[in-house]
Amino acid sequence: MSSQVATAGGPANPVPPVGKRKSVIGTRWWVAGLFLLPAIVLLGALVVYPIGYSIWRSLFDADGSGFVGLGNYGDLFSDDATFTAVKNTAIWVAVAPALVTGLGLIFAVLTERVRWSTAFKLVIFMPMAISMLAAGIIFRLVYEADPDQGVANAVLVGVHDTFAESSVYPKARPSGESDLKASGGGAFTSTATVGAGSPALIPLVGIAPNKVPGDPGDAKAAEASGDGVSGTVWLDFKLGGGGEKGAIDAGEKALPGIKVEAVKDGKVVASAKAGDDGTFTLPASAEGAQLRLPSSNFAEPYNGVDWLGPSLVTPAIIGSYAWMWAGFAMVLIAAGLAGVDRNLLEAARVDGANEWQVFRRVTVPLLAPVLVVVLITLMINVMKIFDLVFIIAPQPSKDEANVLALQLVNASFGGGNNQGLGSAIGIVLLLLVMPVMIVNIRRLRKERRR
Amino acid sequence: MTTSAVPVKGPGESGEPPVAANSSGPPQRSLGSRIASVAGGGAMRVFLILVALLWVTPTIGLLASSFRDPTDIAASGWWDVFSKPSQLTTESYSTLLGKEEITDSLLNTVYITVPATVLVVVIGAMAGYAFAWMDFKGRDWWFVAVVALLVVPIQIALIPLADLFGDLGIFGSVIGVVLFHVGFGLPFAIFLLRNFFAEIPRELLEAARLDGAGEVRLFATVIMPLGAPAIASLGIFQFLWVWNDMLVALIFSDSGSRPLTVALTEQTRQFSGNIETLAPGAFISMVIPLAVFFAFQRQFVSGVMAGAVK
Repeated sequence: MSSQVATAGGPANPVPPVGKRKSVIGTRWWVAGLFLLPAIVLLGALVVYPIGYSIWRSLFDADGSGFVGLGNYGDLFSDDATFTAVKNTAIWVAVAPALVTGLGLIFAVLTERVRWSTAFKLVIFMPMAISMLAAGIIFRLVYEADPDQGVANAVLVGVHDTFAESSVYPKARPSGESDLKASGGGAFTSTATVGAGSPALIPLVGIAPNKVPGDPGDAKAAEASGDGVSGTVWLDFKLGGGGEKGAIDAGEKALPGIKVEAVKDGKVVASAKAGDDGTFTLPASAEGAQLRLPSSNFAEPYNGVDWLGPSLVTPAIIGSYAWMWAGFAMVLIAAGLAGVDRNLLEAARVDGANEWQVFRRVTVPLLAPVLVVVLITLMINVMKIFDLVFIIAPQPSKDEANVLALQLVNASFGGGNNQGLGSAIGIVLLLLVMPVMIVNIRRLRKERRR
Repeated sequence: MTTSAVPVKGPGESGEPPVAANSSGPPQRSLGSRIASVAGGGAMRVFLILVALLWVTPTIGLLASSFRDPTDIAASGWWDVFSKPSQLTTESYSTLLGKEEITDSLLNTVYITVPATVLVVVIGAMAGYAFAWMDFKGRDWWFVAVVALLVVPIQIALIPLADLFGDLGIFGSVIGVVLFHVGFGLPFAIFLLRNFFAEIPRELLEAARLDGAGEVRLFATVIMPLGAPAIASLGIFQFLWVWNDMLVALIFSDSGSRPLTVALTEQTRQFSGNIETLAPGAFISMVIPLAVFFAFQRQFVSGVMAGAVK
């Protein structure tokens, strides 16, 4: 029936020439007005009016009573907290979009030839679904400083301890009776020299006998060993007291693993490690040398990196941002990659280009338009970053991690109560995205003319 | 991990028949370069697997932490659950869901998200329809104005709307939070839907028109059903945007209207001591977005892609 009507209606109502779209509704402006009214009213009241109000408000002081001209904009650079926010936002905009786009590009190109690329993309894209709050909590947990809590430091410590010798007795030190005195840098050196005939005694204190790692056996006095130099390293203290200071008493623990160096004129001529009974033997060349316990015996254990400390907090939060947004960049770039002409890549390969050259000289230039779109989108996004910084930065490094959007909230609502400064920051954020606004409008008008 | 052994065996292990690698390789390439590319492929797979592990580990850490009790959390890292699965307990969840402030805030999240999504879709669709198919003076200029508003940062409206809502007496209420999200959801909604509606074949509209359909019926019976894919993308995007929002609610809600994100934010001040609250709380806040993500991957991706400029 409808087709019948359509054919009947066709000739009677001459269809307007193709090209200029004419309303099918007719030109009753008030109908259009009714459909548009809710949107226009809401946009006017909730988006346009705030822009005007912010411009006006930014010219007044904290409580809105005194006119300060552009003073609040000057505060962006003179107010310490705000200027830190300006600098950090600049770091964010300079680093995060490039980092995320780079990751997205690598993932998109590499997954192209992998069969399980869908699963991979799902994993990488998943963080886009969750809130920045949840991501913030997730990464606060990752960056916990204690290697027994935060996985980042747990991994670092694990790797470090695999490759570097860790000290066994961080809190130990030679006892007062001993001849060894601190010799700078955490090492201890004896004042007297050692000889082959008399075994050296190196009593240490500072750890509780029941806290000695590895629960070693009792210490034993070393025997003189020919022309070598021998000695004992032990814990000169036992639970319940008793025993003679500076002498190896029954029940006192050996400290196996302590490194002993023989030093002559500041040079290490020999070194040895204490055995299970605390004894060590140095070769004859140690004769007449001073004994030194190097600082590596007593170094504090490696505890990883203070991720959320003042110096690393911004890079750490940028890392969590990259975790969230790499999937976005990857999917957009992969879509662009799907549109790339395979023949161009194959032609380059046939011409003898290796994969890196194909990537660098062919793929990337062909993807340039997509990469620019991704970069710009991320830049807009990063300028307004708030939640991640708000959640991840702990109280002591809040100031160092500050960004513009966070400073806006702090200044106007978080006790600062300076809505003049807050409004100025808002206007600055708007000015920063203005170029993109103009590009959007230009693109729209170009499409219209087509 | 024997990374050196895997690459050489790459094609066989990954299921690619080695024969194919031999026959499809360009004949002019030397054996050496072919071995290099096979090894490269294996190294690439290992690299991608490591990246995938790196990407899921933080989330698994949260999940594992949410299923441990406070004593275990304080005593050791979450990876302990892999060696001691007996640590797993839902205690943190039952404690959390037993707190009225949390269940109330979860309800508030729903009360805020549902209207903010429905209103944006309906009002946006009406305006999108008008921009796509109605003729009125200055139509293009009005649409340009809407497009200009696409990238306006929400931060700029925090102070003005806090004052305005204060005067109207809706500051601190669910209504205020919803209105804020509607205002800033509309430009994208109108933009997306107008572009989609404009692609609907005009013959369909004319046919319905000649059947005697009025504007409202055209909108309800032709535009909305045919625009369903775009409406789905928009709805998912807006829903997640509002569900995941923390900033707007942080300022515009009070203790009675605050959503889950804000309730959790207040727990982050003492992070280490609050993991047994934060981990399950964050996970509860993630469940809906993740379910939406896995159920509607295609619409989700297109919605996020289109709306990322926000």
